[in-house]
Amino acid sequence: MQNQKLLNFAIRYGFLILLVGLVTYFSVAASGFAGPRSAVFIFQSVAITGILALGVTCTLVVGGFDLSIGSVATSALMLSAYMMVVLEQSALVAVGACLLMGALVGLINGLLIVRMKVPDLLATLGMMFLLIGLQRIPTEGRSISTGMTLPDGSTAEGVFSPAFLWLGRHRFDLVLENLIPVPVVLFLIVGVLVWVFLELTRHGRLMYAIGSNERAAGLAGTNVNRYKILAYMISGVLASVGGILLAARLGRGDIASGNNLLLDAVAAGLIGFAVLGAAKPNAFGTAIGALFVGILLQGLTMMNAPYYTQDFVKGAVLVVALVFTFALSSKRRGGGH
Amino acid sequence: MNGAACTMVGIEKAFGPNRVLRGIDMVLWPGQVTVLMGANGAGKSTLVKLLCGVHQPDGGRIELFGRPYAPLTPAEAINAGVVTVHQSINDGVIPDLDVASNLMLDRLTDARSGFFVRGRALRAEAARIAGAMGLDLDVRATVGDLGVAERQLIAIARAMARDPKVLILDEPTSSLSATEAERLFALLDRLRDQGVAILYISHRMSDIRRIADRIISMRDGQISGTFEDAPLDYEGAVTAMLGHGLTQVDITIPVPGPEVLRLDGLCLSSGGQPIDLSLRRGEVVAVTGLLGSGKTALASILFGLMQATAGTVTLNGARFAPQSPGDAIRAGVFLCSKDRASNGVIPDFDITGNLTLPFTRRHARLSFLSGTSERAAARAMIEHLGIICQGPGDGIDTLSGGNQQKVMVGRWLAQTSQVLLLDEPFQGVDIRARRDIGNRIREGAAERATIVFAAELDEALEIADRIVVLNEEALVGEHRNENVDLNRMLAQVSGQEIATGQI
Repeated sequence: MQNQKLLNFAIRYGFLILLVGLVTYFSVAASGFAGPRSAVFIFQSVAITGILALGVTCTLVVGGFDLSIGSVATSALMLSAYMMVVLEQSALVAVGACLLMGALVGLINGLLIVRMKVPDLLATLGMMFLLIGLQRIPTEGRSISTGMTLPDGSTAEGVFSPAFLWLGRHRFDLVLENLIPVPVVLFLIVGVLVWVFLELTRHGRLMYAIGSNERAAGLAGTNVNRYKILAYMISGVLASVGGILLAARLGRGDIASGNNLLLDAVAAGLIGFAVLGAAKPNAFGTAIGALFVGILLQGLTMMNAPYYTQDFVKGAVLVVALVFTFALSSKRRGGGH
Repeated sequence: MNGAACTMVGIEKAFGPNRVLRGIDMVLWPGQVTVLMGANGAGKSTLVKLLCGVHQPDGGRIELFGRPYAPLTPAEAINAGVVTVHQSINDGVIPDLDVASNLMLDRLTDARSGFFVRGRALRAEAARIAGAMGLDLDVRATVGDLGVAERQLIAIARAMARDPKVLILDEPTSSLSATEAERLFALLDRLRDQGVAILYISHRMSDIRRIADRIISMRDGQISGTFEDAPLDYEGAVTAMLGHGLTQVDITIPVPGPEVLRLDGLCLSSGGQPIDLSLRRGEVVAVTGLLGSGKTALASILFGLMQATAGTVTLNGARFAPQSPGDAIRAGVFLCSKDRASNGVIPDFDITGNLTLPFTRRHARLSFLSGTSERAAARAMIEHLGIICQGPGDGIDTLSGGNQQKVMVGRWLAQTSQVLLLDEPFQGVDIRARRDIGNRIREGAAERATIVFAAELDEALEIADRIVVLNEEALVGEHRNENVDLNRMLAQVSGQEIATGQI
């Protein structure tokens, strides 16, 4: 009985305790870790990944998986640069086009999965390849920046509008001047919105039902296909938001950026399973998962761990989180049967 | 006890607090077919699982030809000569492989059979086995493409290929037609003559009359009767199994209200027989028939999962042709699906979430769910149905089968329906929960029309005002539930009486 209680406690709070322990340790061990600037830096480093991760969480909730989010983000990055630099459009048009592109990709993903019955991993893998290729075609594989030579020999005259760059670079004042960057604010807003949608509305409830037993949800009158498509559209739109923020931060359409986005976002989503013993995809867990990775990397960096150990650390965290989720939770349920 | 093939003494088995077997003593003799009868939840399947090594008994002992027998895995049981054909067909076959591989599966899993598969030899051997069984099949065909009956016969043929000494068949005819079943019986006759001890689990009277040398009845985890003197006392066996005779049901048939649902010439599949049926408010109609008789097809059409190939459905005087479950639910036609594990239960949700699933809108304002409203509704339903649990926040998988089924039924009682369809609502449910569910269904029946789809006659007799018999997608009989001629109804169910239209 005592053991059972302890186990339940470990499953529920183990990961959060680990997080607090980690923060305490780094605060003591690495000077300068504890402080608003450092905290904001961590948030900023995970904001874009976190937004993508919240999107992929929605697809995980309906029992799917979206592998195309990384390439949607980089496509949005390239598209926004192309809109402003080559087509000389305003920031508003660029942002609108990117969001539309994300929604469209999500819709196509959803239709492939729901109507064409392509398994989710394969459909979104195909979409990922397609987008990685597509985003390079208009510029013949080159990055986009003001003054670049276009395929037809002319020079690109457009510039990234200040309003667009504001999205990636502006910092709001909070206690300290110029403290909180726009992407962090957006990350928090998106996190709250996705959480509210998944946890408090009946639509979220039905999406969880689909993820748990699709047939049963359908037989209870849920429009399974519509919710699945919705989940992929949310994922696509949020991925394009991530791409816009990345473009605004970089100020150019960099072809090589965003390589790690997919894996980092998926890792955050999966680490989220372990938070509060949820054992299922959830928005709060995803946000914590993203932060966890950010804190760990920032702490290690400040303690002079070399940059090439980063992926190893992320992988280790993910494996530990998955053990938390699956091994311990199945023990709690008594297992066996 | 000389010469007994298998002797069980004082077998006990419990799952958690649930004592499924309470001291079973049973002897199986070579060259004899012992029929084991028992209602749902009596413990038949658990007993089979002990014999075939899936579970281990908590107490008691089993002997096989005088030697102790305690299989820890199904493979050990098979090697000892105890071969089982399970009730669920898909346990017996692998749909993605061809017939030959399925028949020879045990040869393939045998470590001594070498690394490479020799296709030609495999197929030749498989064809021989199939031939001996009288199975006329292309051994290259993929099992997944075959019908249910053929799969069942393959599963049985596979059991035969192992040269069994004790053969256990768990409701093997539930998906077979009369001719196919007869083929199986002929085979069992031959095995009996060869001295195989056969344990045959069924509660289909026609099977039992045909094959039984001896009947053992089980009820609530105990042996409630053994019948071995010819002529066998079938009535006595049924009484021992149910605790009361088949005919002892206490139903007062109410005066039905206006017509709610009407089927005109409805064909369940192309070329099927047209079905006419009228259903009135306040009525509880049971639709009975074997697997494949069209019960599930009819439920699917009424719930918008399938379209009828011909004919019309009228609901309260208006044409009713739902395209999806959503359509049907909006029109007030609810279906509590059969096989709750795959079609009903949301394993990740608690009782509340499972209860409110179809009607979340009732508990939501501007799409935001109100936990208070949900929990209040759940508490009321738990109270109403007598669901045994700690509270509405319990996980659904902490409940017993009967209580899970109560949640599944309760889900559709939350809102008043025009027509309530319940497909096998007593599947995998103990006798008490079955009574509870039956009572609640009848209590609320006055405000709607109710159809219960049930393969088992005693379930139909227990719940319905009127019983409709389907056979091969045709309506072959209709009985008012008063002094029902059981033999006639059984004949209609098994297709031995030609359709005579309405009675």
